[in-house]
Amino acid sequence: MRIVGIETEYGIVDPDEPRANPILMSSRLVQACRAWAGERTARWDYGGEDPLQDQRGFRRSRQGASPDLLTDDAEFDEAAGKVTLRRRRGSWEDPAHLNAVLANGARFYVDHAHPEYSGPEVASAHDAVAWDRAGDAIALAAAGRYAEDEGERVELYKNNVDGKGASYGTHENYLVSRGVSFDDLARRLTPHLVTRQVFAGAGRVGLGQFGEAPGFQISQRADYMEAEVGLETTLRRPIVNTRDEPHAARDRYRRLHVIIGDANLFDVATYLKIGTTSLVLAAIEADDERLDTLELAAPVEAVQTVSRDLALRERLALADGDAATALEIQRALLEICRTYVTDAGEAAVIARWEGVLERLTGDIFRAAREVEWVAKLQLLGRMRARHASPDAPDGLAWDDARLAAMDLQWSRLGDGLATRLAAAGQVERIVSDEEVATAVATAPQDTRARLRGGIVAARPDVVDAAGWSTVVLDRETDHGHLEVVHLDEPHASRHPLLDALMDG
Amino acid sequence: MAQLNAQGQPYEDETPEPEAPAPASQASGDALDDLLAEIDGSLQVNAEQFVRSFVQKGGQ
Repeated sequence: MRIVGIETEYGIVDPDEPRANPILMSSRLVQACRAWAGERTARWDYGGEDPLQDQRGFRRSRQGASPDLLTDDAEFDEAAGKVTLRRRRGSWEDPAHLNAVLANGARFYVDHAHPEYSGPEVASAHDAVAWDRAGDAIALAAAGRYAEDEGERVELYKNNVDGKGASYGTHENYLVSRGVSFDDLARRLTPHLVTRQVFAGAGRVGLGQFGEAPGFQISQRADYMEAEVGLETTLRRPIVNTRDEPHAARDRYRRLHVIIGDANLFDVATYLKIGTTSLVLAAIEADDERLDTLELAAPVEAVQTVSRDLALRERLALADGDAATALEIQRALLEICRTYVTDAGEAAVIARWEGVLERLTGDIFRAAREVEWVAKLQLLGRMRARHASPDAPDGLAWDDARLAAMDLQWSRLGDGLATRLAAAGQVERIVSDEEVATAVATAPQDTRARLRGGIVAARPDVVDAAGWSTVVLDRETDHGHLEVVHLDEPHASRHPLLDALMDG
Repeated sequence: MAQLNAQGQPYEDETPEPEAPAPASQASGDALDDLLAEIDGSLQVNAEQFVRSFVQKGGQ
């Protein structure tokens, strides 16, 4: 499969002090993560960041950009007009931009007012699940260390909304051939991004950005998607994001940055989200014109229509005047994607995709062990029914605080309801706990993440910093000479110098 | 459970109801019952305050 990665921004709460500063807490959590990692960690190298280049071929000016977009701000040199390499070992680090590069190839850091785990590059949907769950385990370990070191509790939530208007993201990144025109990419991928929520949605109590109307919907993020394409990720969020920061050889690759997805605690949701999207991208790279028949007439509205259609039978208007349900569009995509299976892992994705779509047809609750929003709806539905009475035959109303509380507690790391449901044997797992433990400690072996994680694990003493496409070495005893090792080929898991250092 | 719209109400249109989703199977029902009883106990106390105090800043 192609190379992919998942980034998760966690909700963060001090249960004893709800008004605690989230930036400070996030910074302390990254510090705690470093303490947990011991020697085996490194700083971030901002040299490879390029947040203002747009996939549509133009560049946003630095002055005109929203500050949220300036991800390289911590080390940007105004005089030079770029991030410059300088002696920085042991130098001051901005606490609001604290980073930890980890032995498993991931980056754990403060992003805005949230702790974020950016997983390493992986080359299968199975591995995407393993290193995503590893992120939850690492975040939880950091929270444990935080409690020890700070004497204060911190809770982390793997969700995307607070019910008061704020949303924070779970982003997917896909390595795509530069040969595909971005307009074709956006147009042909959109029907999938709009309809895949039927198996990838995490479920949400409340309708509207502020949860202003009572009800349940399929997706956490749907109400925050306001444009078809765009560079922004924090306002007027687009279905297809146009940031053109490949973190790889620019002449060969794009990094497609997908921001519409929900954070998932169910293995099958993450597995299908990544596996199916990668296959649809293969169909787009092959210029498969069958995709054009699925183009939607109004994609932004359709995101919300699908999210509110718990019976999965609403028909969406297509650009050619026809109409189809989300399940019908997914089945059509599945048939197209059969052509593009290249390995056993992708064949397994197709089989699971087909099975889940079949189980979602008719009685959706047959998919409750695999599809997160269905499991959440089932649990909440049962809670409502527990409180049914002659006066309230439906039980709890959807605006009852107990249901909103359950929705939040669903995603809490460690003891959340999804975790307890899994412990009760009600959730199908694709990745074993042993595999997750391995993914916490080691990087994927078949991508360049092996080099980043490997050198941080084996020789942290010679690593000054690391980024997605660079490792900065500091091998001189006087720290006077920094060497940048470029890793522009994400598939290349070997490098003569880094391997020699790791073996030495 | 009947076919529901997002307000949790049955659809009210002219089209015939498709196969109605049945309730969860009994096996998973038993496991859920224990969990629900536990959750119910904890929520009686603090649900409203818990929801009110869960406030996040926007992110990406």
